[in-house]
Amino acid sequence: MAADTQSRPAASTLAEKVWADHLVTKGENGEPDLLYVDLHLVHEVTSPQAFDGLRQSGRPVRRPDLTIATEDHNTPTIDIDKPIAEPNSRQQVAALRTNAEEFGIRLHSLGDAEQGIVHVVGPQLGLTMPGITVVCGDSHTSTHGAFGAMAFGIGTSEVEHVLATQTLPLAPFKTMAVTVEGSLRPGVTAKDIILAVIAQIGTQGAQGYVIEYRGSAIRSLSMDGRMTICNMSIEAGARAGMVAPDETTFAYLKNRPHAPQGDDWDAAVEYWKTLRTDDDAVFDAEVFLDANTLEPFVTWGTNPGQGVPLNESVPEPSSFTNEVDRHAAERALDYMELEPGTPMKDIPVDVVFMGSCTNSRLDDLRAFASIIKGQKKADGVRVMVVPGSARVRLEAEAEGLHKVIEEFGAEWRFAGCSMCLGMNPDQLQPGERAASTSNRNFEGRQGRGARTHLVSPLVAAATAIRGTLSSPSDLGIDIPSYSIAEVVA
Amino acid sequence: MDTVSLVEGVGAPLRRSTVDTDQIIPAKFLKRITKTGYDDALFYEWRQNPEFILNTPPYDKARVLVAGPDFGTGSSREHAVWALRDFGFAAVISSRFGDIFRGNAGKQGLVVATVPQDIVEAIWAELEAHPGLEVAVDVASREVRCGAITAPFEIDDYTRWRLMEGLDDIGLSLRHEDAIEHFETTRASWRPRTLPALGG
Ligand code: SF4
Repeated sequence: MAADTQSRPAASTLAEKVWADHLVTKGENGEPDLLYVDLHLVHEVTSPQAFDGLRQSGRPVRRPDLTIATEDHNTPTIDIDKPIAEPNSRQQVAALRTNAEEFGIRLHSLGDAEQGIVHVVGPQLGLTMPGITVVCGDSHTSTHGAFGAMAFGIGTSEVEHVLATQTLPLAPFKTMAVTVEGSLRPGVTAKDIILAVIAQIGTQGAQGYVIEYRGSAIRSLSMDGRMTICNMSIEAGARAGMVAPDETTFAYLKNRPHAPQGDDWDAAVEYWKTLRTDDDAVFDAEVFLDANTLEPFVTWGTNPGQGVPLNESVPEPSSFTNEVDRHAAERALDYMELEPGTPMKDIPVDVVFMGSCTNSRLDDLRAFASIIKGQKKADGVRVMVVPGSARVRLEAEAEGLHKVIEEFGAEWRFAGCSMCLGMNPDQLQPGERAASTSNRNFEGRQGRGARTHLVSPLVAAATAIRGTLSSPSDLGIDIPSYSIAEVVA
Repeated sequence: MDTVSLVEGVGAPLRRSTVDTDQIIPAKFLKRITKTGYDDALFYEWRQNPEFILNTPPYDKARVLVAGPDFGTGSSREHAVWALRDFGFAAVISSRFGDIFRGNAGKQGLVVATVPQDIVEAIWAELEAHPGLEVAVDVASREVRCGAITAPFEIDDYTRWRLMEGLDDIGLSLRHEDAIEHFETTRASWRPRTLPALGG
């Protein structure tokens, strides 16, 4: 442990500690620091050119034993035993399989029990743990910060860099504390916290920062809830998001396939307990949120910062004092085909998408199922439920959740990114409107001309029942206590 | 990466400004899986016109592109640099470049030389008067030369040093290989390993 922590400055934040503990060299004279990477996650979209680059320069993968790959973005979520129909998608997946074979990298392919969205796979295997550095050619790598890891997305050249050197040259990030104190009311979830944070600070509000989420409301969340929050850090512009590890973290990790065992476990926990921001450490920026007053949150526009509490209405563009925001609101409402002043709860949807690396873990599925149990979906609404990984799918089925979902009239699919982005067959038709538990409501994100409202799993479930944006309380449905326990507190 | 201290070759005058990366390579080529083979994708839309300058000799063998201001703005796609390189360009001269493009170029050994717009105009005139004339981009002396023109260009010290030493980012990090190895010997045994695969 001494060797691990000796580079730490006095009075440091969680992020600064993890950074210091991974310094290979400290940059001088304007040169960046060289940071060691503990875990490199790879998927089919951003890796082919990186492997090609290694081949061109005759370099091997330095640490195949710190690298793991899965197939998620391009993969279909039905008929997964058939060849992928779309030629470009098939080619990207085929390239990953060839590259993994050639460079000796562990790959979980479609059909494998550990296949799934890359950010669901790392944690479920126990590979994601406190105090490590995690990178992946994907911006939502911030998800893994929920364990107190320093986790961030990188570009294709950097993927090649990590494959070749297991390091990255980087300038330190600034630090921001987002403190959420209080207790959440029933029906308010981790997703609502992060949507409220982004609405408060804006989509670029945390640019250049690593966020540390703190406070009693964060502490009370399960790991799945913490992952939902860290996942969307990038939507506030942050490089990464983190939560200091605690007993919840340790309990989640204990006995996972790759979690430390025996003496290693004890040494790890001892080290992990040092991973908290010192009382006298100073953040470069601080943001506060009151959990007691939070309500279910939903987006009305085309970026994740354009959100309001579900009880409110589509805003008037003229209510934005800043001209850039006003223009953005006008454009967004035009694209979303929404009238200012319309109550959010009057907005009907065509599709409900329950999935993505933001909300596709077991807790999310449990919360969703707890609301729809014994109900029927609204007529004419398509409801897709897509588990984050094949393992999550198995676990959900072991609890019988798939029966609840199918009896409700929803589609129970195989694991993948699915309708989170228009790269695989699961897409919205032009003009269709979705309530989606994913993380990006950009124009065209879920298909050309598609309209997206970002919501929590509980709101997704109530919306699927009523057909318009709704929360469980609108339906007079009690939120079963286990879902509150699992999702909220 | 090869060391680059002097680029010499046929100069192609591209009298266009704000050539963004979508024009350098359209999005439809981003689904490819290789890092090479983008020569046909470079300026794809423009090259559908047989008269486009890079379709006509001697410019089809050009090595130095001389473009209008704000070259390489827009999306961060690294493919823009790959396409220029695959076509055969080793240097681009302009009065202003997109920031991300300039960074990406440095990573791939493509020399990006910033000169005042009046120098660009002078080189254009010289090249148009003498098609096939060579342009020299001398990284060592920080000079561009073309016919009677000799002018200094701007390049930051760190990028210049990396070009002349032939260091890509990976090469640079591997200079610290001893430090990386040392770090690895101190890495705690509880830290994750993906191999051998456990579970599943
Ligand atoms: S689920 Fe969506 S956000 Fe997450 S990795 Fe896949 S495409 Fe990206």
